[in-house]
Amino acid sequence: MSRLDELFARCRAEGRAALIGYLPAGFPSYDLAVEAMLAMVEEGVDAVEVGMPYTDPLMEGPVIQAAHERALANGTRQADVLRTVEAVAATGAPAVVMGYWNPVHRYGFRRWAQALKDAGGAGAITPDLIPEEAPEWLEACRDLDLDPVFLVAPSSTDERIAVVGRTNRGFVYAAAVMGVTGARAELGDGARILVERVRAQTDLPVGVGIGVSTGAQATEIAGFADAVVVGSALVSALQERGVDGVRRLSAELAEGVRAAVRP
Amino acid sequence: MTAHLYPDASGHFGEYGGRFVPEALVAALDELTAAHLAAKTDPVFLAELDRLLTTYAGRPTPLTDARRLSEHAGGARILLKREDLAHTGSHKINNVLGQALLTQQMGKRRVIAETGAGQHGVATATACALFGFDCTVYMGEEDTRRQALNVARMKLLGAEVVPVSSGTRTLKDATNEAMRDWVTNVETTHYVIGSVVGPHPFPMMVRDFQRIIGVEARRQVLELVGRLPDAVVACVGGGSNAMGIFHPFVDDLEVALVGCEAGGDGVETGRHAAPLTAGQPGVLHGARSYLMQDDDGQTSDTTSISAGLDYPGVGPEHSLLRDLGRATYSGVPDAWAMQALEKLAKSEGILCAIETAHAFAGACDWGRAQVAAGRDAHDLVIVVNTSGRGDKDVDTAARWFGLVTGEQVAESELVRAHEGEQP
Ligand SMILES: Cc1ncc(COP(=O)(O)O)c(C=O)c1O
Repeated sequence: MSRLDELFARCRAEGRAALIGYLPAGFPSYDLAVEAMLAMVEEGVDAVEVGMPYTDPLMEGPVIQAAHERALANGTRQADVLRTVEAVAATGAPAVVMGYWNPVHRYGFRRWAQALKDAGGAGAITPDLIPEEAPEWLEACRDLDLDPVFLVAPSSTDERIAVVGRTNRGFVYAAAVMGVTGARAELGDGARILVERVRAQTDLPVGVGIGVSTGAQATEIAGFADAVVVGSALVSALQERGVDGVRRLSAELAEGVRAAVRP
Repeated sequence: MTAHLYPDASGHFGEYGGRFVPEALVAALDELTAAHLAAKTDPVFLAELDRLLTTYAGRPTPLTDARRLSEHAGGARILLKREDLAHTGSHKINNVLGQALLTQQMGKRRVIAETGAGQHGVATATACALFGFDCTVYMGEEDTRRQALNVARMKLLGAEVVPVSSGTRTLKDATNEAMRDWVTNVETTHYVIGSVVGPHPFPMMVRDFQRIIGVEARRQVLELVGRLPDAVVACVGGGSNAMGIFHPFVDDLEVALVGCEAGGDGVETGRHAAPLTAGQPGVLHGARSYLMQDDDGQTSDTTSISAGLDYPGVGPEHSLLRDLGRATYSGVPDAWAMQALEKLAKSEGILCAIETAHAFAGACDWGRAQVAAGRDAHDLVIVVNTSGRGDKDVDTAARWFGLVTGEQVAESELVRAHEGEQP
């Protein structure tokens, strides 16, 4: 059982969805990023997505783009991302890297997978990688018992959802709305429809991300998904109100996922 | 190498190419691949494209014998494939007309594009006006400044131009923004990528639409000279004009294929845009290819006087040609390119784009090197892809050569600042 499998089993036993929080390593500084991630875990975030800062983050809206730019300007490097993973993993909460492919490619994906494993990482979400392009990466993950997490989107065909369902381990990341990351006032029913379509193809847990920013939205999503993923809202909280802001939002979201009425 | 074997069914050129994109785009890429492959053998589509290329874009473009330029190339005979005479002033129109027809077939009515020098943006805005599509063009803020003429052209043609102020404020970041738009609006929108870059099928499809350059050039040079040329030379940004003219010659092993990347301040300074010359394989904008990057896998900043070549990546098929040794690539510094631009203007009366000037510098260099190695200059025939005309670059060139006074520079900056204030 991987660390993510354990987490989802525990949440299922508690009758609730998991809460996954995203922050990029190195933003606004190495130390504050780690401090904020530890605060998230203390306030009830179940797993941390550690963002790997990248010059060309294609799936990100303005908030996370700016955070990546700042982290890179601070001199954040792969080694810092891995140290951040280590700090989070030491709390017992699973740490999953959210990373664009080129930095991993450059590091050498087998070497990088080993480094992630050594840091105590649970797996990696790869937003610009599709299963067909990643046979060696999948092999490395299998050898090291890391969870590779690919995304599905509302535009994915059922055949593609099935491919991702067969390939992923840990969970399936469902990008709830078409578009880049960033808070949305309304989530619409796209997420619910996508989760149903994923469930028809795989028994893996389904996490819903992109657009979720409030406790109320977390409650809504937690009513039908196995995990709620929050990114931009936490980054904005850290940017505007510091670690304390992250603490308060995490508590609100943790309460939100626990308030959901589940079928 | 057998040119027609690449890419394979999954869009790989050997170990390059492929699809490194958000899952959200895969369905649209599959749809586009199917549409393109069907169109390739559809006589109705091909006839319509041919009609547009002939009656609208002005094809075939001529092959011009550049007699006076020859002395700068060690005496070699230089033939110019005149893409600068195509409608809108560059080769970009060939690809855009093909993709516009596909857009129509796929039933989409909104088109987006990225542009560096603005030539691809102008070509896209032109086709959108012709086909009645909504058009949005993303352009780095730095490029809207150095290619201001093309910004005005795009607006006159009815396109919305969105200046991009993130990252390096050039072509790379304009492409990022266009990709973000596409991920959001892919249901209704076609993204007309302007070069042989991006996820499959773009490198294959754009090459197929640009091959017409090489097909015509090959026939024209055989008619004019009675044999194949010794070398075909082109500038390489993303690599579409180069791939277009190279491709029909790839299996003619006696023809040297020479690609000229942007050498910026000199490749040895690290300030350039020459990934095939000084990069390593990596992934950017959806494909694996040579890439300018640091040892942590972050994309490097680029430097070039030419907005159209100022890009850290390059098309995957060029990476394959490079590794196979079938084509050779080198970086032409800004100063050589500008010197070549002046020579071409003064010896042939052709004011070319700064992008294109890199190819002339490279061609002259190649000719002189052959002569130095003992080849008879009178036996040498070099075809240079004259990818575009230089109207858009007059401002940059005038400054480079000191043809405007400090006062005029200040005044034009004032005008521009004032224009920037208007809504
Ligand atoms: C005239 C001209 N030549 C060349 C290029 C470079 O593009 P590519 O390498 O795709 O031909 C551009 C791009 O803007 C251009 O405008």
